[in-house]
Amino acid sequence: MIALLLAQTIAITGGTVYPVSGPKLANASVLIRDGRIVAVGTNVPIPPDATRIDAAGKWITPGLIDGAGQIGLVEISAVPGTRDASVQGDTIAASFNVAEGINPASTVIPVTRIEGITTALAVPTGNLVSGQAVLIDLDGATIEQMLVKSPVGVVADLSESAKDAAGGSRAAVAERLRGVFRDALEYERRKTDFSRAQMQALSASARDLDALLPVLHGRVALIAYANRRSDIETALRLAKEFKLKLILAGAAEGWEVAAAIAAAGVPVLVEPLSNIPGYDALGIRYGNAGIMAKAGVKVALLEPDTHKSRNLRQQAGNAVSYGMTWDQALRAVTLSPAEIFGVADRYGSLEPGKVANVVVWSGDPFEFTTGVEHVLIRGKEIPLKSRQTELLERYKKLPPSY
Amino acid sequence: MRSLSFLLLALTGACASAGGGTRPAQAPAPASTETTSVARPQYPSTYVRHPNPPVLIRNATIMTATGQEIPNGSVLFKDGRIVAVGAKVDAPSDAVVVDGTGKYVTPGLIDDHSHLGVYAAPGTDAESDGNEATNPVTAEVWAEHSFWPQDPQIPLAIAGGITTIQALPGSANLIGGRSAILKLIPARTVQEMKFPGAHYGLKMACGENPKRVYGRRGGPSTRMGNMAGYRAAFILAEAYRRRWDAWNKDHKGDPPERNLRSESLAEVLRGNMYVQNHCYRADEMAQMIDLAHEFGFKIRSFHHAVESYKIADLLAKEGTSVSVWADWWGFKEEAMDGVQQNAALNQQAGGRPIIHSDDPGGIQRLNQEAAKAMYAGQRAGIPITRDQALRWITVNPAWAVGLDSIVGTLEPGKMADVVVWSGDPFSVYSKAVQVYNDGWLAYDRSDPAHQPRTDFELGEMPAPGSDR
Repeated sequence: MIALLLAQTIAITGGTVYPVSGPKLANASVLIRDGRIVAVGTNVPIPPDATRIDAAGKWITPGLIDGAGQIGLVEISAVPGTRDASVQGDTIAASFNVAEGINPASTVIPVTRIEGITTALAVPTGNLVSGQAVLIDLDGATIEQMLVKSPVGVVADLSESAKDAAGGSRAAVAERLRGVFRDALEYERRKTDFSRAQMQALSASARDLDALLPVLHGRVALIAYANRRSDIETALRLAKEFKLKLILAGAAEGWEVAAAIAAAGVPVLVEPLSNIPGYDALGIRYGNAGIMAKAGVKVALLEPDTHKSRNLRQQAGNAVSYGMTWDQALRAVTLSPAEIFGVADRYGSLEPGKVANVVVWSGDPFEFTTGVEHVLIRGKEIPLKSRQTELLERYKKLPPSY
Repeated sequence: MRSLSFLLLALTGACASAGGGTRPAQAPAPASTETTSVARPQYPSTYVRHPNPPVLIRNATIMTATGQEIPNGSVLFKDGRIVAVGAKVDAPSDAVVVDGTGKYVTPGLIDDHSHLGVYAAPGTDAESDGNEATNPVTAEVWAEHSFWPQDPQIPLAIAGGITTIQALPGSANLIGGRSAILKLIPARTVQEMKFPGAHYGLKMACGENPKRVYGRRGGPSTRMGNMAGYRAAFILAEAYRRRWDAWNKDHKGDPPERNLRSESLAEVLRGNMYVQNHCYRADEMAQMIDLAHEFGFKIRSFHHAVESYKIADLLAKEGTSVSVWADWWGFKEEAMDGVQQNAALNQQAGGRPIIHSDDPGGIQRLNQEAAKAMYAGQRAGIPITRDQALRWITVNPAWAVGLDSIVGTLEPGKMADVVVWSGDPFSVYSKAVQVYNDGWLAYDRSDPAHQPRTDFELGEMPAPGSDR
């Protein structure tokens, strides 16, 4: 059935194509077969059996990738029974992979994807080490069908909110993480001793230490939330000490240390529209994303509020207003997150061989005037319907007919 | 960073005495001259207009919020008043001339649902002054008594083109207290910000929040308990009002004992104070309308009103405005039925939509939120005009706080609350470049001398740069 659905050819023709991997192409087409992009260009032969989507006057981009959130993991924020992003009772929850908490039937998924977001990082929250984040496409009947990559990274919190889990001091947060990392490596060296109970007590459970090993060997990223400049520097220090593949998230004061972040080759996930000062980041400001991008930091943008994930394009537009170039901002919601999450071989740009997550827009995707005309996820056209469009239809004329 | 949405809500209202400022000539008269308390001035505004030379903005697109969009137009204001708006306006010789080429001019934006100052940044418990969550009915508390003028969120909102706010108590309580209607300007005291002549609002809250906060603390624990709580409070207020109205006729004998809680509610019953009602669900709004009918007052605006589109006809008939977000939804059960066309559907039904923020981030981009709501409506085939969408963030919220005769449009005689935008304010790429509040240049994006900073920021936060 799945194969049947995918076994089709779709041609999006005559639009302005923004491949992201290269310059924009006017009056160009994107040819899709069996869920993959097979051709992009101004001179693409369209097979006669192809389903055509006329995109004359439209803009065609890769589907947008939201750099973080809890799509599928949180249905109604205030209803605990619908929240599956956090595990309690374990400050080092490295083995907690959120994938099986994802609800493919979540109403948040259609609401979000019909606004051009096709892929999102689903991120665990809470604790010192929150768990494993996974990348999902916003379509699929099962978790397996939605998953793009699992895990993308292990999430750690180095911001103010993690202090309590470490005893109340930032210094303790860092030391606790160091201790856990050292124990994980020690555990790896002495698994036999461990199973014979011939080892000292370890600072986390064996399964959590096990889950950290891919991080400590650089195969899986450590996604570290840090906002204060000194906390960002601590994250960079830890990454250097343990040779971690670090992704910074939040990074509200990142602009103050943009050169150091760039020099370390560390990418950041950042919310552009974030400027309300707290003691965790008094230096927070709108220009953050732009300043870091200018300094050479690889930036991916995020809308951290799960239910507002569809406003990622508003975030991107504002990133342009406050210092990013338009091209940088488009890259920061497509190819850059794909690269940061290690899926750029399949995602993030319109190139032959890539997964056909494609959006046809009526204009500039960041502008409010612009509407989404077509969304394709893995080559399948998504109906532009959600619970909200159904409510709209019901109440467009009053009284409604129930 | 913080989400206050679970906690917020309420307005209070009462007539404020006109302050020492030179304006406004058109302060609204209270609906009734009787008040429950003695005639001495209470908690007066000390607002004074900042001096400024006359200003002529020319060659700009003027969006008046009165139905007009004038290309290559001009606005002249002097002594805090708009003098002329049109295609050709002559400037007095002492006027500062601002070249508006490529720029847009709108009235100052008004947010009728803000918690600036009462939930100030940096957001610690020490500044959490928005919910007097000690009793489900606290009509006696006034937001102005919590308001911190050094809240560093204030300059951020000014830079977003906001000139007037209604600062509200939160939504923990059935009746949360009085709102403060404020000129959004740097000031040492809240009194210097109080909008002369503004009606206080009374913040009320439906639904989940009071239930959640008081369910295990003596109630209410149900929506029917919420209703009973409002009714009990207004029953007391009716009696209180009768006692004071009788005494005020002849001032014979000792005056009745004052009760601040009933005093606020009696002002609502007299029509002097406007009810600002946090209420998400359509069915609950209908209940609140019945409550208002029982006691003979009007609900001025339903706030958040996520389901107001379901009863837009009823609300239009009732003359109650709706203060809504462009697209918030899903954070709690009573917010599950949000649609992006909420404002547009209310407009279509003949109602009076308002886009509010309830958020220190959203208040910085009310223009963007209105744009989203307008285009969402248009894409669904609801013919919202640019002027209507501008009214959602100017004269409609002005109406909700009883100031629409003074602010909210660009018309001769109105207060010179004027924003110059770098481009179309409904574009994601546009920013406020100049903000005039009562004719005074409160903010200029290109001039650090006109970028106010609060005390809090000094030595704590990096100086603003071009990125801000």
